[in-house]
Amino acid sequence: MLAIDPAKKLSFNRLISNGDLVIVYERHDNMKAVTVSEGSVLQNRFGVFKHSEWIGKPFGSKVFSNKGGFVYLLAPTPELWTLVLSHRTQILYIADISFVIMYLEVVPGCLVLESGTGSGSLTTSLARAVAPMGHVHTFDFHEQRAGSARDDFERTGLSSLISVRVRDIQGEGFPSEFAGLADAVFLDLPQPWLAIPSAAKMLKQDGTLCSFSPCVEQVQRSCETLQNCFTDIRTFEVLLRTYEVKEGKMENLNGDNNDSNGSLPCKRRQRSDGSYAPDTSVSSVMARPCGEARGHTGYLTFARLKCL
Amino acid sequence: MSSSANGNNSNNGRVTWEGCSVLLDINDGDRLVFARLSPAAKLKIGNKNCSLQPLIGTPFGSLFELDGTSLSPLIPSPQADATNNEEIKEDGQPNAESRDNRELVDNNTAQTLTGEDIEAMRRQGAGGNEIIEALIANSATYDKKTAFSQEKYRRKKQKKYAPKVLLRRPVARSICEAYFKKYPSKIGFLRVDTLSLLLSMANVSANSDILVVDMISGLLTGAVAERLGGTGFVCNSYLGQSPYSMDIVRIFNFSDEICKRIVRCPIADLLSSKESPEQTLQVADVNDACNVESQSNDPMGATANTDEISHSPGNGISDLGTENAENENIPVIRACKATKAGEKAPQETIDSWKENGFSSLLIAAPEMDIWPLVRDVLPLLSNSAPFAIYHQYLQPLATCMHNLQLAKMAIGLQISEPWLREYQVLPSRTHPSMQMSAFGGYILTGTKICSSSC
Repeated sequence: MLAIDPAKKLSFNRLISNGDLVIVYERHDNMKAVTVSEGSVLQNRFGVFKHSEWIGKPFGSKVFSNKGGFVYLLAPTPELWTLVLSHRTQILYIADISFVIMYLEVVPGCLVLESGTGSGSLTTSLARAVAPMGHVHTFDFHEQRAGSARDDFERTGLSSLISVRVRDIQGEGFPSEFAGLADAVFLDLPQPWLAIPSAAKMLKQDGTLCSFSPCVEQVQRSCETLQNCFTDIRTFEVLLRTYEVKEGKMENLNGDNNDSNGSLPCKRRQRSDGSYAPDTSVSSVMARPCGEARGHTGYLTFARLKCL
Repeated sequence: MSSSANGNNSNNGRVTWEGCSVLLDINDGDRLVFARLSPAAKLKIGNKNCSLQPLIGTPFGSLFELDGTSLSPLIPSPQADATNNEEIKEDGQPNAESRDNRELVDNNTAQTLTGEDIEAMRRQGAGGNEIIEALIANSATYDKKTAFSQEKYRRKKQKKYAPKVLLRRPVARSICEAYFKKYPSKIGFLRVDTLSLLLSMANVSANSDILVVDMISGLLTGAVAERLGGTGFVCNSYLGQSPYSMDIVRIFNFSDEICKRIVRCPIADLLSSKESPEQTLQVADVNDACNVESQSNDPMGATANTDEISHSPGNGISDLGTENAENENIPVIRACKATKAGEKAPQETIDSWKENGFSSLLIAAPEMDIWPLVRDVLPLLSNSAPFAIYHQYLQPLATCMHNLQLAKMAIGLQISEPWLREYQVLPSRTHPSMQMSAFGGYILTGTKICSSSC
């Protein structure tokens, strides 16, 4: 997914080859991660797609099924991966992820600690931010979940940047080997206040911490605990409003033209009073917010380790 | 591990050094000043000229207090914090506050200490904190105030008589926030969450070659370079002959490796001979040789970018506070660096971009009609490359999105508007902040697809 090896940069121009991970794009709300395998086929409502026909095509290509249906084959990015990964837990989405990376000041070379790993949605973006020489150590107390995450990072080619371990961070804290070494710590735990004292020990001076919690009661308790060793404690909520764009015909009112006319190009019925008849219709591009949106994901609480 | 650090500094850029750029946060964000530390650098706070010398060699995140005329480090005393908490918390129970403001009469007679009294105290060498205690002792209403308003009173007096300076690291986050708060027009009203979304959606990552159109003073270019960490390239491209200002890039403490990765190129040069790459490649090679030669005549760095520096306002301290005029005569030593960000892109690099395409595109051109620009530069991307375009108005993005759809140039198109709300979190008094930014800009994102020919 990432060009970790500088020799392989500009990999987007690489042609699709056997064993590659591709994102099969049907629509913006319908994508799927597929590992290309010479003898395999992809079957969906558009028909049967032979992987063998994908090999040798550039990423970004449109490919056709036996029935003439088509999909696009995209190179994976952390954003696309977040949309296709299998949800073993509730995951973090793009608005929260972007904000967390920026606010934790994660840059190449950073050492980042994360718990829990969950489905690895944030972990993937953290890995991108610390690449090529930083590292993400992520911890989850659920053995199977950790294993699946490890498999995913293998599949997305990020395993050299991410170490997954099974550990109950709320109960045991982070391993002492990282004491004073972490540039940033991210917590997504049911009782983050239990892990905060350990997180403080792991961080470098002025290092950043973020705790993600869906409930305000969790935030309340976390903030009280943070007061002890942290400063600059700030809690945010970040959401996205998306827009739909349409080209629409707007009726142009023209007062001069009073007589009714039945041959209007637009579909709208004529007004009964007949005082203003739509005369010409002008086509214009219009935007409006989508009717439905995610209303809440979680509260993001950030803090910096106090300088002593 | 040292990619984010300045070359002079081994501590991953976490401790300041002479010549280092810093963000000074005075009195909890009341005033924000970008400064370059040197023994001679001075900053005026209130009516005092303070030397910034004591800040050199201290860790970022340190807090200083103006004590008399010099800044001295303030060690946070856990004692004070604890008592404050206790007072407010009262065993985590909703505050059993018996005092309220029913008796409060706002007639300006509560304070018996006069301006002359305070001046006299000062002349006798009283520190800021002594004055605050005196003000409290002489306030007829202080004892009747609730614990919260006592706290508020104390904070207000502290800002005036014992100002605090927080030493912040100038990184994309703090720089964007500072400009958004104090000088948003300079960065096209781009809020920090929107900036973060732009960087994510354009898949800005190590070893990528990112095409940038940055008309927001270099904030976007700097933020991208920070994420590249001295790998790949950020190509700061421009229409016409003169590059856009990159003032803000110099606020980041970029190492030489990172600076080298910020290059400039006119869009016309990127588009030239794009139509028939096979035929023009040889011609380009010839040009290439000439260009390299002529470039090597330029002394690297020092003089090449003087014009760019003259674009910058003032002298290296940019005050984003309200007291803008007062810092005009502050001497600042600018560290002489061998490498400057924003060299002209080498021809062989331009050729490689033409051949392989950029790995993504980022545009922040808040005053520009986006569609014609996108139509021209999108073909410069490699296939399946993501792009993210910022604009402060919706309509240009809507038109651009519609045209991209019609031309079948991209998929996954989406216009989004981030929404950011901060919360006050206090025991039994948690609620959204009273003030919020209602608008941080729109972004259009998508992925370039192969043109129908492939």
